[in-house]
Amino acid sequence: MYSKAYKKLVALPPLLWVGLFLLVPYALMLAHSFWAVHDGMLVRQPDLHNYVTLFSKPVYAAVLVRTMRIAAAVTLCSLLLGYPLAYYLSFHAGAPKELLYQLVIVPLWVSYLVRGYAWKTILGSEGVLNGFFEYLHLTHEPVAFLLYSPFAVVVMLTHIYTPFVFLPVYAALEHIPRGLVEASEDLGAGAAQTFLRVILPLSIPGLLAGATFAFVLSLGDFLAPLLVGGASGTMIANVVQSLFGAAYDWPLGAAISVGLLIITVSLLFLSERLEKRWRY
Amino acid sequence: MSGHSRSRRGAPLLVYAALVFVFIYLPVIVLILYSFNRDGVGGFPPRHLTLAWYRQLFADAPLWDAVLNSLKVAAGSVALSLTLGLLAALALDRASFPGKALFRRLVLLPLILPGIITGLSLLMFLVFVGAQLSLFTVFLGHGTALISVATTELFAGLQKLDRAQEEASLDLGATPWQTFWRVTVPNLKLSLIAAGLLIFTLSMDEIAVTFFLTGRDNTLPLEIWGRLRRGITPEINAVSALILAVSVALIVIWHRVRTRGLGADAPELLERP
Amino acid sequence: MSSVAANSLDPASAVLLEIRGVAKRFGAREVLRNISLNIAEGEFLALLGESGSGKTTLLRLVAGFEEPTAGEIWMSGERLDLLPPYRRRVNTVFQNYALFPHLSVRENVAYGLRVKKTAATEIDGRVDEALRMVKIEEFAAWRPSKLSGGQQQRVALARALVNRPRLLLLDEPLSALDANLRKQMQSELKALQREIGITFLFVTHDQEEAMALSDRIALLRDGALEQVASAREIYAHPATAYTARFIGQTNLLRGEILDGMARCGAIAWPSDDPGGAAIFSLRPEAIRLASDAVARPGTARFRAALEQQFFSGASELLEVNCSGQLLRVRVSARGPLSGEHEFVFSTADAIRVQE
Repeated sequence: MYSKAYKKLVALPPLLWVGLFLLVPYALMLAHSFWAVHDGMLVRQPDLHNYVTLFSKPVYAAVLVRTMRIAAAVTLCSLLLGYPLAYYLSFHAGAPKELLYQLVIVPLWVSYLVRGYAWKTILGSEGVLNGFFEYLHLTHEPVAFLLYSPFAVVVMLTHIYTPFVFLPVYAALEHIPRGLVEASEDLGAGAAQTFLRVILPLSIPGLLAGATFAFVLSLGDFLAPLLVGGASGTMIANVVQSLFGAAYDWPLGAAISVGLLIITVSLLFLSERLEKRWRY
Repeated sequence: MSGHSRSRRGAPLLVYAALVFVFIYLPVIVLILYSFNRDGVGGFPPRHLTLAWYRQLFADAPLWDAVLNSLKVAAGSVALSLTLGLLAALALDRASFPGKALFRRLVLLPLILPGIITGLSLLMFLVFVGAQLSLFTVFLGHGTALISVATTELFAGLQKLDRAQEEASLDLGATPWQTFWRVTVPNLKLSLIAAGLLIFTLSMDEIAVTFFLTGRDNTLPLEIWGRLRRGITPEINAVSALILAVSVALIVIWHRVRTRGLGADAPELLERP
Repeated sequence: MSSVAANSLDPASAVLLEIRGVAKRFGAREVLRNISLNIAEGEFLALLGESGSGKTTLLRLVAGFEEPTAGEIWMSGERLDLLPPYRRRVNTVFQNYALFPHLSVRENVAYGLRVKKTAATEIDGRVDEALRMVKIEEFAAWRPSKLSGGQQQRVALARALVNRPRLLLLDEPLSALDANLRKQMQSELKALQREIGITFLFVTHDQEEAMALSDRIALLRDGALEQVASAREIYAHPATAYTARFIGQTNLLRGEILDGMARCGAIAWPSDDPGGAAIFSLRPEAIRLASDAVARPGTARFRAALEQQFFSGASELLEVNCSGQLLRVRVSARGPLSGEHEFVFSTADAIRVQE
């Protein structure tokens, strides 16, 4: 029913825009990753030396492994917090369900920076938590490892991504017909059995979506490490950021970015495939 | 009977859920509390409550400049990404063209890609074409990245729109243009408002992309970021508390819009990353 | 019931819509094949067919929501199929009404006039008239979502009719209503059509509805026209076995004609039709119990055992077995029967049909 001209005209502006401001920049990033810097000058002569550097210097692998471990910890913690919360809300909260749901969503709208900053004030050596411990006479010296550590990064990112995990899991749980739970009980399964054999399997797509989201976004985060991570909490995106800043080696930074992009896109692809397998 | 035993089984779960809520809200509460604390942002308990930090905040000219800059960028981003997002959503919903699947993925990519990649690739592009970094380049970055949000939201809205609505309009003699403004847009009103609010909030808060694209003028998050590095005072708590208040106000508006309308469609945006 | 009971178009009435050799395919799927159909000015034509027969697609071609792959559509000497929907003097009542949820009933009805920049005073008058015509004046200020299905149906009608179309298309407009309301709307629709004299093209899958409402029925089967005729004509003289089965109940007797005798299993009668394999349609009410009938020439008889008996008020339906061949017989109510009986039918009622 829509005329051919309409269909063409409607697609054209976003196509052009996205091509110019997304596709071309990504292509340029890829191009940079094959270029080099000599004496502070960009040399556009393509070779693979940036990638050779990445694979030959162990420091990059070490940072990548640390980044993966932090992202995995964030994902796990967000799941451990978000899933039971979603389950409770969906199956046991009763009437205040809608209100509680809104309460979980609210922090999503609260500034990332504000939340990160709040953790900084809580975890600092002169921060709220240490003050609280001393007030209770639990400690006499500030507990130093709280801030500027991978631990702090994990806490902050977990705080940010728990609602992101909660949302898709909650949606998946809400879509489970309640008759299935009753059928399971009717057939003699207890609460734990019903959860493990019916509810959990049916919520896997939501769980996967949330976990992917938390993992992928943690993987590329560079602000949390700067804010609360300290030297020991440095992640791969910080390396990129410093290569684009003080270190001025854009090509190497671009190569790492391309690697990050590839990891991210393949994870998304994988998660999509897995999700399809678990959809009925 | 069964309800009784179920609620008893749910008791440990209730405690756990309550603790998760504490974790989610603890930072927010601490933040607000210490914005009234005379003696800085640490220590326990907070004492000597004062409004001094808020007074200082209102006299802080650079901060308000940054707020103004952020508002400009956010307003521009809303306009740009809503326009292009609406066109993209229309194209995805009803046009067929070669590379459509690729186009869809490309548009949505910034939604799930780390901000640093979006920011850096645009930086390389801007330097490549010799552009000067400024608020305009920040707006370009936000607007482009947030097309993803607009497209997702508006596409969901279009999918819910009954095609027969538009056919009925054409059938009654309205031209495609009249149909677009009299039927399509009014039906998408909720999605447009929800997407607009979301884009506005995200742009006001954006830092990862802004970090690489900003020139001399700071946006609010970058201004705060700069101050964090210089050392922290409760003035930042006060700013944060105000940002929080604005965010909550926006949520309330958004919620009103949603409950007045047809469906809870905005969370769907987040269901699928 | 109907005044226009013609097999083909009444030559006296002018042709309003001409569908000439129209075909439509979606990709590899052929939805309509070589459709040629004329609709007369003021006619009520039912487009009848099973789901997937292409009837809605044909309607959408006339409305302008789809373009034909081949063929042309003309209206009063003007090529219609090249015009966009908003330039056709054709309006549609949609299956689920497609009322605009963001507009009130009055605004919905005024929509077509408003987009054509009709003067405000004229809009008011015509909208009032349309609302009155379908008896929903009191709901003018309401939003469609607050109305019942029947009321929404009326709004949809008013919204279309207020534009004074040359042709009104109705896409299964009654299918969402419950049985009682449906009957009532059928009679109102019929009365309305007579009163305003607008040509109706009515899509339905319900053969009873098609027979009750229309002047003529166009029966579609798998994208091709099976038969076009008045309801009585189609019922009395179905051209094909499919039509006979689709319009009303029937018994299909399969057999052959040989040496002037038609033989279908154990049933035989004289026939002057050309010889060869043959199928006959014999309506259940054409068969009677032999005890009821006076022996006459031109009748055939057979004995059959009663298998089932379904009582339905004034009449009963019998399922009888004639040497392995199952037949349905409709007789006036007469109380429980059993055993073997003799049945009789007039051989003129055994209509020879194509496969």
